[in-house]
Amino acid sequence: MRSASGSRNGRPSRRARLAVYRVLLLVAVFAGWYALTATGVLPSFFFGRPLVVLRRVWEWFSSGKIYPHLAVTLVETVLAFAAGTLLGVAAGLWLGLSRTAASLLDPYIKAANAMPRVILAPIFAVWFGLGIASKVALGITLVFFIVFFNVFQGVREVSPVVLASVRMLGATRRQLLRHVYLPSATSWVFSSLHTSVGMAFVGAVVGEYLGSAAGVGYLILQAEGTFDIDTVFAGIVVLTAFALLLDFAVTRAERRLLTWRPRAPAERT
Amino acid sequence: MTPAPAGAAPVLALDHVGVEWPGATAGAPPYVAVDDVSLSVARGEFVSVVGPTGCGKSTLLNVAAGLLAPTSGDVLVGGERLSGLNRRAGYLFQADALMPWRNARENVEAGLIFAGATRDEARERAEQWLRRVGLSGFGDRYPHELSGGMRKRVGLAQVLILQPEILLMDEPFSALDVQTRQLMENELLDLWSAERRSVVFITHDLEEAIALSDRIVLLSAGPATRPIGEFAIDLPRPRDVAEIRLTPRFLELHGRIWAALRSEVLKAYAVSQRLA
Repeated sequence: MRSASGSRNGRPSRRARLAVYRVLLLVAVFAGWYALTATGVLPSFFFGRPLVVLRRVWEWFSSGKIYPHLAVTLVETVLAFAAGTLLGVAAGLWLGLSRTAASLLDPYIKAANAMPRVILAPIFAVWFGLGIASKVALGITLVFFIVFFNVFQGVREVSPVVLASVRMLGATRRQLLRHVYLPSATSWVFSSLHTSVGMAFVGAVVGEYLGSAAGVGYLILQAEGTFDIDTVFAGIVVLTAFALLLDFAVTRAERRLLTWRPRAPAERT
Repeated sequence: MTPAPAGAAPVLALDHVGVEWPGATAGAPPYVAVDDVSLSVARGEFVSVVGPTGCGKSTLLNVAAGLLAPTSGDVLVGGERLSGLNRRAGYLFQADALMPWRNARENVEAGLIFAGATRDEARERAEQWLRRVGLSGFGDRYPHELSGGMRKRVGLAQVLILQPEILLMDEPFSALDVQTRQLMENELLDLWSAERRSVVFITHDLEEAIALSDRIVLLSAGPATRPIGEFAIDLPRPRDVAEIRLTPRFLELHGRIWAALRSEVLKAYAVSQRLA
């Protein structure tokens, strides 16, 4: 029965079906939530009412009230990501290339990485105030270590053959840095990109949640203060969607910038 | 070992070179990888260094390249003592040495860019060299998009574009299938006869060595590798590596050299069995 054109269309139609199933799953989760709270199996005071949550989300977007908050969170995320990555690359390159500095600083780096850095948020709030700066600072401490360790590893694991070959081609130390270490480290940075963007986002939201005057985390904090659980859930829904969008943007950027790397045989979706 | 041809100093000479690695534990005797090797390569000469696996052939090549300082002895380049990297040599490695983040053309350009050439100039000459190694139109491909043989060609172009006086090659074709390998060997001979660089070619494949070289240096099994014989290969040029293997003279040379190499291969095998 299956014609040639039918089997060619087979793949996209399978994809479309998968997408439908995915949406159905989401709808089912909301329906289950609705059923459980509407029938009173779960108290709606603690678990919210999905219809109210969705209406709240709709109101935020239709009135435009959410946009300034989202913008604040986005700016914090982007700044924390950019600054954390920059610092992480610089420190990773430096320590990766200097054995002495690496062995001197090793225990301190381990200690700093082991510390739950969220506890720094109050200190940053005192130092930098309740504005954007304290959230960016928190995000930086989260992003820095991910990027740092990846770059450090990347520098250490540059193929010795490639290194020897490039040296034989006449590269100076600076040229080695620019043509070998930096691109190699960049590929490691990109492999950690999803994690580090996510961490920048976590830093922004947690920072807002712990004390702020704007941002999606601030909306959640406000709602929680008045036991408005529906708004808390609405905030979570918005944050999740936002995080997904960020992740999507990262995937796009990655594809453009890492054309030289072999694609994984099974493409991740 | 061989006196330099009358007149000119050899392009490359190893003078009583020894290489030792520190012992595995403190107080353990050092491991002698290479023991008292002397070797000279004349201008335009194609010399193959043949020895059983694990005999320190690559170590010797790294010394000649200046990537590794010998524990004793000297490396002379054009009669001068080498310190640091050997700037007159190009090195084709056994493993893939292309920068994976650059496409074929950018890899070939690299040496020129390092030397301060302008983008346009480097690009033009890289395209020329890609053509010469049969890869015109593949400049935009990244190494992972090329086959093993193509990557070797890019590597060859990358090294030859700098026109090194000495070409050091460390089993460059060992990872290729037989057909591709013979193709590459013939191409190498073509490029070499056009440019007449000196070549030091390391291999464990005696047939490959005879087909390509002017002279073969046999190394003993490790540890403490040293040369145990030299054979002039007087086969006529130009050669076709596949056809020349069938000539009587080739078989005669092969028989003679193999007789000398055989006992070393057996020794190396015995050592590997003892370690296993």
